[in-house]
Amino acid sequence: MSLSDTPKAGLRAWLLTDTPTSRRHARAASLYQAWLSLKGNHMAMLGLGILIFLVVIAALASVLAPSDPFIQDLSLRLTPPIWQADRDPGIEGYILGSDSLGRDILSRLLYGSRITLYIVTLVALMAPIVGLLVGTIAGYTGGWIDIILMRITDIFLAFPRLILALAFVATLGAGIENAVLAISLTAWPPYARIARAETLTIRNSDYIHAVRLQGAGPMRIITKHIWPLCISSLVVRVTLDMAGIILAAAGLGFLGLGAQPPSPEWGAMISEGRKFILDHWWVATMPGLAIFTVSLAFNLLGDGLRDVLDPKDGSQ
Amino acid sequence: MSGIEIEGLNVWFGEYEERVDAVKSANLSVPKGGSFGLVGESGSGKSTILRAIMGLAPTWSGKIDILGRAVEKPRSRDFYRAVQMVFQDPYASLHPRHSVDQVLSETLSLHGFSDIDKRISQLLDDVGLGPSFRFRYPHQLSGGQRQRVAIARALAPEPKILLLDEPTSALDVSVQAEILNLLTDLRAEHKLTYLMVSHDLAVVGHICQDIAVMQLGEIVETLSVEDMRAMKTTHHYTKHLLESSLQSAAG
Repeated sequence: MSLSDTPKAGLRAWLLTDTPTSRRHARAASLYQAWLSLKGNHMAMLGLGILIFLVVIAALASVLAPSDPFIQDLSLRLTPPIWQADRDPGIEGYILGSDSLGRDILSRLLYGSRITLYIVTLVALMAPIVGLLVGTIAGYTGGWIDIILMRITDIFLAFPRLILALAFVATLGAGIENAVLAISLTAWPPYARIARAETLTIRNSDYIHAVRLQGAGPMRIITKHIWPLCISSLVVRVTLDMAGIILAAAGLGFLGLGAQPPSPEWGAMISEGRKFILDHWWVATMPGLAIFTVSLAFNLLGDGLRDVLDPKDGSQ
Repeated sequence: MSGIEIEGLNVWFGEYEERVDAVKSANLSVPKGGSFGLVGESGSGKSTILRAIMGLAPTWSGKIDILGRAVEKPRSRDFYRAVQMVFQDPYASLHPRHSVDQVLSETLSLHGFSDIDKRISQLLDDVGLGPSFRFRYPHQLSGGQRQRVAIARALAPEPKILLLDEPTSALDVSVQAEILNLLTDLRAEHKLTYLMVSHDLAVVGHICQDIAVMQLGEIVETLSVEDMRAMKTTHHYTKHLLESSLQSAAG
């Protein structure tokens, strides 16, 4: 330990300095300070840990899964989890039991994490970016452009989210890509609202006036001066919304409009287990617990990020 | 040639019933290389005149000539190269997420300079900040240091005219003196023309040669600093302002 402490202390001092010596140094130092304050939040670190665990599981699903998630064994259908099994333990290893077609629930959960990550990543890439564009342009330019963009946003906001997603999926056809598209289309308006509200408070500040006095055009001001201040509140909002997005994807899967069987999407798994929920609780409960855990992890992380990234604190 | 020539300037906010006249037919003239102060109480329209010159006030009428040429609408980049402004509150005039280096290098590249690295060191040196400040963020700077960065940013395009909007009112007294001395030195060094807004007659007396007194959007009197010191005023509001200033200085 004592050997590795010395260079670490040097690096720590280098990162914590008040007088950075280069552009890269300054950026590294401010990132490190943000990391330190995130590290101090134990619940956020728990959330981050769970999410890293999820990514690892998704990457290693084929190695970790005890069996193929699609192989059916009707003679062993609805086997209870291992700790409830009446028969001798060790004969047949369904750790979390099997579903109505005799597929291993644990393996399906592991493979399902890939689908969950896929949905979450795509929605997180699409919705906030659309929202950021619409919101900052509306907020900065004002006038007619603002009115038109914000009324479109209002129209999207007026629909209940899942109903609108249902309508999109119904027109586009069921499937995981269309579910992602539908969720993104319904998820961007709140981001546009947040981005516009932030832009309105930033737009008339002296530092925006100052850069206008250097002859900067609206494009430069929006992308270089307004976006950096909006992005942090959007990142927080996205992490807090992730739980809702996972649940919306699961809801679409549950209604049969998202992932199609035999895909091991968690929502679809709950939907299959619904028929047996009274006698065979584990079929629906296991994917439910997985959704709960991941949603909770995103919420915890989002909460911690809000404390770190809030620009109102950063400017003090 | 005059630096700033303003004739019959009106600035207003809102239209029809909501119209508020912030500045009413103001005239003032600052010779090139001169230093002019605008004084008056809060809301008398001092800062609005500066904002109108810089093109930050949306609605105005009248004549604004800079270095003998009428200003364009909207202002051209050449205009911003000749005229720059320092804002009142250094806590609000620096982008919270941009380091000193980013602020200055963006300003320099917007004005088309190429030797940016050298110029940044020179600018920091000019405003009395060492190279160690170059990569700091605003939250790592004190109020006086922030205002120095803001002054460096205003000096970056090598302007001829600097508009100062109460540059010291947000700072504490000891720092105020430093910034005022810096401004005096910079004016001598770069042969700048100053138009300075302040409610503090002592500050204006320190920096300026002539002052204009504003009340309710109108310039009520223009006089030299010597006349002001000698209390040679014609307008009763100026007299009132001078007396209250003397009282607060004595008290």
